[in-house]
Amino acid sequence: MRKPVLLLLAGLFFLPLTASAVDDPSEMLHDPKQEARAEAIGSRLRCLVCQNESIEDSSAGLARDLRRAVREHVAKGETDRQIMDWMVARYGNFIRLSPPFTIATALLWGMPLLALMIGLLSAVIMFRRRKSEAPAPLSEDEAARLDDLTSSGERH
Amino acid sequence: MSDQPSPSPSRRRLLMALPVVAAGGAGVAFWRMLSGMSSGTFNPHDINAPATGKAVPEFERLPDQDPGQGFSSAELRLQTSPVLVNFFASWCIPCIAEMQALLELRNTVPIWGIAYKDKPENASGFIRRAGNPYVKIASDRQGRVAIDWGVSGVPESFLIAPGGGIAWHSAGGLDNSAVRADLSATLKRLSA
Repeated sequence: MRKPVLLLLAGLFFLPLTASAVDDPSEMLHDPKQEARAEAIGSRLRCLVCQNESIEDSSAGLARDLRRAVREHVAKGETDRQIMDWMVARYGNFIRLSPPFTIATALLWGMPLLALMIGLLSAVIMFRRRKSEAPAPLSEDEAARLDDLTSSGERH
Repeated sequence: MSDQPSPSPSRRRLLMALPVVAAGGAGVAFWRMLSGMSSGTFNPHDINAPATGKAVPEFERLPDQDPGQGFSSAELRLQTSPVLVNFFASWCIPCIAEMQALLELRNTVPIWGIAYKDKPENASGFIRRAGNPYVKIASDRQGRVAIDWGVSGVPESFLIAPGGGIAWHSAGGLDNSAVRADLSATLKRLSA
C-alpha cells in the first residue's frame, strides 16, 4: 500500500524535470541529435517575456518563435557559438541565462571564491588570536572556589 | 562569549553603526528604484536590447496592412528625415494606451507601423477603433522581422535617423511622458 504511493509521489516530484518543453511535437527536429542540441541551446536562453524561464520551458509566443529560430539555425549546421551570438546581437546579454564574465559581472562570478577566502581568513585570524592569548591567572577567590569544588568531588 | 574581552567603545560604536548604515543604504537604493519606476525612468521589464546605434535590420517588403501600405528596410534607409517605427498589435492593451500619444506625435515625426503577430482583420479593426497615426502600415504576421529588431513585446518604438541608423529605442509605451521627453530630445539632436 505504501510503496505505490511513495512511487507516485516520487514520480510527481520528477515529472516537471523531464517534461518536454516544446508544446507541439511538430516543432521538433527530425534528427534526435540535432533536436538534443537545439534543446541544450534553448535551455541556456532566457524567455524575454517570463524572464526567469528558458525558452525551452516557456509557452510564451516569443519563446516559441525563438525556439523555431534556434532549430532553423541548428538545421543549417551552425555552431552553438554562432547561434548564441545571433541571439545576443538581437537581445543583448540579458538573453543568456548565465551572464558572461565581464568587469560588470566579475563580482557576481567571483563572489563564491571571495566568500570562501574571507571565511578562511577570518577563521585563521580567530584561531591564531585564541592560541596566543594565555588565560589570565586565577584570582584568589577563584582559586579558593576551584579548591573547594575539586575537594568536594573527592569526598563523594 | 563571556570569555572574550569586550570591544573598545569606538569599535562597539562602529559595529552598532554598520547595520544601520547598511539598512539605510538599501533603503535609499530601493526608494530610488521605486521612484524611477513610478516616474518611468526605470523599467524593470526593459531588457535593454542593443538596437540603438545599429543599422535597421534587413527585411524584404512586408505585406500591406489595411488601411496602409507595407514597406521594406530599403525604403526606410532611403528616408531623408527621421521616421518612427512602431510595432503594435490589436491584442495589446498598452498599444491602446499609447495611441493618443502617437496621434499627437504624428505631427512631429512620420510614424510607420508594423502589426506584430496579428490577424490582418484584427489589426485593421484596431486602427479603425483606436485611430490611425501611421503613414505606412506593414504586417509582420509571424513576428520574424520583429526578432531581428530585438522586439520582446508590443508596443516598441524605434526612431530611424536619415540613412537608416536606429537613433533611439523604447520597449515601453509612448504614453509615458519620460519616454516621450527622451524621444523629443533625440529628435532635436537629429535635426540640429
